[in-house]
Amino acid sequence: MSRAVAVHKVVGIETEFGILHRCDGDSNPVAASSMIINAYVNGFLCQRVSWDFEDEQPGTDARGFNEFDALAPEIETHLVNAVLTNGARYYVDHAHPELSTPECSDARQCVVYDRAAEEILIRSMEAANNLLPDGEELVIHKNNSDGKGNSYGCHENYLLDRDVPFGRIVTHIMPFFVTRQIFCGAGKIGMEVPMTEPPPTAFSDRAFQISQRADFFEEEVGLETTLKRPIVNTRDEPHADTRKYRRMHVIIGDANMSEVQTYLKLGTTSLVLAMIDDDFVPEPLTPLVPVAALRQVSCDTSLSALVELTDGRNMRAIEIQWEYLEMARKYAQSHGLEAVGGDDVGNDVLDRWEAVLTGLETDPMSLASQLDWVAKLRLYEGFAQRHGLDWDDPKLAALDLQYHDLRPSKSLSQRVGLERITSDDEVNEAVSVPPPTTRAYFRGRCLDKFGEQIVAANWDSMVFDIGTDPLRRVPMLEPLRGSQTHVGNLLDECRDAADLLRRLGN
Amino acid sequence: MAEREQVRRTPPRETESPAPVGATGEGATELKAELDDLLDEIDDVLETNAEEFVKNYVQKGGE
Repeated sequence: MSRAVAVHKVVGIETEFGILHRCDGDSNPVAASSMIINAYVNGFLCQRVSWDFEDEQPGTDARGFNEFDALAPEIETHLVNAVLTNGARYYVDHAHPELSTPECSDARQCVVYDRAAEEILIRSMEAANNLLPDGEELVIHKNNSDGKGNSYGCHENYLLDRDVPFGRIVTHIMPFFVTRQIFCGAGKIGMEVPMTEPPPTAFSDRAFQISQRADFFEEEVGLETTLKRPIVNTRDEPHADTRKYRRMHVIIGDANMSEVQTYLKLGTTSLVLAMIDDDFVPEPLTPLVPVAALRQVSCDTSLSALVELTDGRNMRAIEIQWEYLEMARKYAQSHGLEAVGGDDVGNDVLDRWEAVLTGLETDPMSLASQLDWVAKLRLYEGFAQRHGLDWDDPKLAALDLQYHDLRPSKSLSQRVGLERITSDDEVNEAVSVPPPTTRAYFRGRCLDKFGEQIVAANWDSMVFDIGTDPLRRVPMLEPLRGSQTHVGNLLDECRDAADLLRRLGN
Repeated sequence: MAEREQVRRTPPRETESPAPVGATGEGATELKAELDDLLDEIDDVLETNAEEFVKNYVQKGGE
């Protein structure tokens, strides 16, 4: 077996949630988002403070509140911006509540934290609604579009080797990103892109498409995330040792309700990126016009459309995925699966990837319990038939929103029989407990144990105030250090932050 | 690591004839009943004023 040199694929997901304030007058989505997060921070985190510390100071609610001093410049630091004891970041971004999961060491663990994020939003929503006057309600959706041309993201992040030429990444991830939506898409009724040219015949023959996001991409490669969105985003901000690492910031994905899809999305992308790190990639299968191909694939629920490649060939999206899968199988044999978290999760991802491609080839409807877009299609077709509706009926558009509704009493995705790969117990634990295998463990445990002595935290450092000048910064530049194995005993033993810093040699 | 069989590609759908959902047969009847139950439940939880709900659902772009 060749030795894998790929960087361990540490992963995380950041989701911007849709928010609706139902009231008589006008509502402000920024204020509504702040209400949601404040309700959680004040309703749940302060209870933890009073639980943990005898010397309670109700005025100092700063535990967990932070200004992130090393994050992207567009971050609005005056808005609520909390770090949670599970290592996540919970904040207002633009006009949405956003939750970034803690760093996770494999795809399955990240699915648990993605579900914990939903649970946190549900608890926030319930706490906020208890504070609102009768007749008003805040409603949260985990989706990516309002159906009127406005989109918001569900971004993935993967740790990459700094030495890998970016051109290689672009070449080999592009065909994968254009086609992975056939098993990653959350599905959507309607089209939101103004078509400037007549679409190819396979386009828009029906009002339903595979992806929520495909309509909103206009460029192949670029730095933007809000305008002229690119398929491959070039943000170079590793939140880790910049000499060793890149962070692959993926903006193409949909927010999935299906756990299986979130798992496949993270697992297959981790695998392909590990292969790119190790330069173990299929011949480039580059679409001639990637942006058009992205929309073509999204609109082709028959999965039969041919994507034109730069080398003159024409391939179906699923054939391109088969090529990646075959190469990934070979990669697993020659390099092992350590880079994606080991054999258990790696082989499971490979098997599920194969199973889902097989299902898509033979009988897509057989995947209605695994893929959001298939579950939706089955539901909407049944509903339209029962009530004699056309595809442009607002009732169907309402279903398409309500599928993503996080209110347990309204959520349709919870009712369509989606397969679970997590348990309620582990999701509930992940709401407050960090993953044990990454630096999020150190962050979360410190917040839980020494919260009053932490003045700031971000992805790669924490700042402590132990009562003696100056403030002490603890760098966390290695995403896999600070795990339970490294610092579990130390954190158990330390009485306070001063003790911790002394023993860390800081 | 054990040698693994090469991924076998399932031929495209044109050459296969899987039973489509909604076809005849016991499995299909069961699936139909399941979908009917689901649709009954959906009818109960669907927003009462769908048109209004959809109209008011306007988000700011994000990211």
